[in-house]
Amino acid sequence: MISRLANPARFMRVSGKVLPWLAPLTAIVLAAGLYWVLTRVPPDCWQGGSVRIMFVHVPSAWLALQTYLFVAAASAVALVWRHPLAEIAAQEAAPIGAAITFVCLVTGSLWGRPMWGTWWVWDVRLTSVLILFFLYLGYIALVSAFDDPSRGGRAGSIVAVVGVVLLPVIKFSVETWWWRMFDWWGLSNSPLAKTLHQPASVLRLGGPTIDASMLVPLLVMGLGFTLLFATLLLLRMRAALNERRARTLVLQGSVRGEAPLPAARPATPVRPR
Amino acid sequence: MNAVADCLAATKTYAEFVWPAFAVAVLVLGGVAAQSWRRYRASIRALDRVQRGSGARR
Repeated sequence: MISRLANPARFMRVSGKVLPWLAPLTAIVLAAGLYWVLTRVPPDCWQGGSVRIMFVHVPSAWLALQTYLFVAAASAVALVWRHPLAEIAAQEAAPIGAAITFVCLVTGSLWGRPMWGTWWVWDVRLTSVLILFFLYLGYIALVSAFDDPSRGGRAGSIVAVVGVVLLPVIKFSVETWWWRMFDWWGLSNSPLAKTLHQPASVLRLGGPTIDASMLVPLLVMGLGFTLLFATLLLLRMRAALNERRARTLVLQGSVRGEAPLPAARPATPVRPR
Repeated sequence: MNAVADCLAATKTYAEFVWPAFAVAVLVLGGVAAQSWRRYRASIRALDRVQRGSGARR
């Protein structure tokens, strides 16, 4: 299935059929989720109305990690099989991931101020998510830093694959066994062993600890964010393939000795390749 | 009884943190969506121009 879709022409055909359905579905799910969250979700007894921040913070945190996993997996495919579509997928997913990680950091800070009494602490969970944000930015900068786009893509892919080591730190740094591991090593005062962040309450062994009145709208928002990611990724990949096709046609025209076409200056900020 | 009253009073609180959180999410993700859509439309126009230009020369 994946190798069949990995053909750019087939990808354009299938995504052209999927997008007109996916985009409205995304809008409907997100609108329904937002309406539910802002009007129907009960306040938390201890956190009051601030618990509503959870419905944007938690889905953005989930998606920040999943998007990075996607970027790394696509980069690995691009490195091993040198498939251009995988490279485009990674490069187009990274800016979406950076934006989502930024939302996660800002909403977390806005939630932390009333609940923890501080906007920010340099603990392991918060700092590792900040590093993830910089990893996204570093990947985007590295890919566009080379004159030869294939070298840029390759360097970016290597960084993306190596950066996967950060994901378990982000995911497990709030778990009890993580702190105990550092205690056992005699490193209980290490910054890696400290966090203000609560442990996972949805994606955990033993099932969620959140009441259904909050869990269901949280899952709806998670679905909405995931659909938004899929819609934006397809849109951006289609744009990138169109831009590459236009550049190829312009180059072919130049090789044949024809005068440069007006469209050689696309309206979009395409890097000169 | 006091616990229930406290819980109800809490529903009106923290608006100054909740609304900015939602605003940031809508602005950032909406901005990425708008930029992606504009880029997609521009890429279609650019490709169309190139294809029409190369077709006219043949």
